[in-house]
Amino acid sequence: MSREANPRSESRLDAIREEATRTGHVAGSGLAASASPTPSSSPAAGYYGLPLLKAPVWTWEVPLYFFAGGVSGASTAIALAARIAGRAPDLELAALWIALIAALICPVLLIADLGRPSRFLNMLRVFKRQSPMSVGAWTLAGFTGVVIVAVVADEAMRAGLAPAFTGGVTWAAEILGAALGLVLLSYTAVLLGVTAIPVWSENRRLLPTHFVASGIGSASALLELFGFLVPATQMVGFIVSAWETLVGASIELRARAVDEPLRRGRSGWAARAGGTLAGPVALLLRIFEGSSPGGRELAAACFLAGALITRYAWLWAGRASSANPRALFDLQRQ
Amino acid sequence: MSVSAFLTDPTLCIGCKACEVACKEWNGLPQDGLEWSGFSYDNTRRLGASTWRHVLFLEQPRALGPQIAAAEDPFRWVFLSDVCKHCENAGCLDACPTGAIVRTEFDSVFVQPDVCNGCGYCVVSCPFGVIDRRPDDGRAFKCTFCYDRQKAGLVPACAKTCPTESIKFGTIEEMEQRAEARVAELRERGYSDAHAYNAADTSVGRTHALFILLGEPEAYNFPPAPDAPAVHLRSAWTMALVSAAVGFLILCLAFLR
Ligand code: SF4
Repeated sequence: MSREANPRSESRLDAIREEATRTGHVAGSGLAASASPTPSSSPAAGYYGLPLLKAPVWTWEVPLYFFAGGVSGASTAIALAARIAGRAPDLELAALWIALIAALICPVLLIADLGRPSRFLNMLRVFKRQSPMSVGAWTLAGFTGVVIVAVVADEAMRAGLAPAFTGGVTWAAEILGAALGLVLLSYTAVLLGVTAIPVWSENRRLLPTHFVASGIGSASALLELFGFLVPATQMVGFIVSAWETLVGASIELRARAVDEPLRRGRSGWAARAGGTLAGPVALLLRIFEGSSPGGRELAAACFLAGALITRYAWLWAGRASSANPRALFDLQRQ
Repeated sequence: MSVSAFLTDPTLCIGCKACEVACKEWNGLPQDGLEWSGFSYDNTRRLGASTWRHVLFLEQPRALGPQIAAAEDPFRWVFLSDVCKHCENAGCLDACPTGAIVRTEFDSVFVQPDVCNGCGYCVVSCPFGVIDRRPDDGRAFKCTFCYDRQKAGLVPACAKTCPTESIKFGTIEEMEQRAEARVAELRERGYSDAHAYNAADTSVGRTHALFILLGEPEAYNFPPAPDAPAVHLRSAWTMALVSAAVGFLILCLAFLR
């Protein structure tokens, strides 16, 4: 913010004057010419087409956090499912480690995105049910503690240290971890859905299904890439990419005006590219190449890439949506 | 303790921007851009982290109330000073995870600068697009309703300085009554599209900044039917927990099979 006049705005004013003299009116972003040779504001264009809402200030850390939190939360759910089935102890331990590592990355990303990172502890100053971000911060804090206990107890049990005790602790920590993990995995959809940004809030019912499928699919795909090419991860891969295909299809086919940022511009490209990779591409790879390890690994990699890209697409779509007052007027006038 | 409110009336505003200046002066707000917008005389353009009062300049192809205008080429110039609405169900306050945003004894919504950690969640939760994060500071700021002045029994700086009493300040009941009376008076005088902008019948509830508008709220960038985001909490959480539960069941099936 310089104290000098901005040369770009100075020349813009010159251009407006010049255009008005030449043509008798000025056309431009959301402007309608009226009696005077100057722009006007109107019910159709809003206030000179300027944004009504403020754009999200969140930067690249936040979508990455959505992704990491999704992988972490879903991994504990996978670990518990594997433990209940009792057939895949190695996969269970690997899932716990993935959950732990991803959980330790999460706070770093969240703190980096704060305007005042040194005040991150204020997040735990109060607990507010009506703030999804407060619920999320507490969930992440509790979840991380529980996952640390689960990993330590499970490793200790396997090393034969007081197996009766450590085994019990593992069960308890994994059940609690999965419960908190399922909240961690899905609350980010509530975080976006309960805002004033039209494209987020109008998708508050779709977003949770998408984030849950995408998080579980990513955790399972990571396990496949670490070599757990078991039938369970294959089946999970089928289901989540089928769901992601449906999510993408519903956004395209319903063709709502409020979803335009998911179909147009940079956010639209990202939403479509990410949705296609995690949806139809991963699904077709599993159907036709699913019997070979290479095919499955490729499907897993596509799903992971798609899941990560769609997280960014949703943030960018929110920015585009906040900049378009027209979409908001149409929604509220319905 | 008095529950106070603003009432802003565009038919009295002369577009002098004294309120913008008084607000900046009293609150010590930094400049946030010296830029020509080309939009009438409005180079401020919108409320923001360092702009807590904003005078809108509308140029419209309509006659102004009873004024005699060329029938084939009508024109009117409308000025209105916008401000944080200090909502009863404030999106920013509900969203704030640190408790930095609080409700004061005057029923206004106040951001405690010593608590805010700049998470940015209030920014996307205000249905009026008011609050924002100051890039060089990192914290969120908006109108304080001159909490310091009100504590000392003074009128907020903008209302105090307004030379035409376009910005009125008083108890919320008084302001609501005056808005109604003024709209009736204006209509009688030929301002057929005068109406009170009041979110009281939406989920936002009563606001502590009332406005009289000429014509559609859209032309002022006011949402025609704002919603407090928190009304969607139940449906969003239900969907999230159901999705998570279904996800877990699918995982159990996959591993037990
Ligand atoms: S108008 Fe926006 S910033 Fe002001 S109280 Fe309401 S939600 Fe908060």
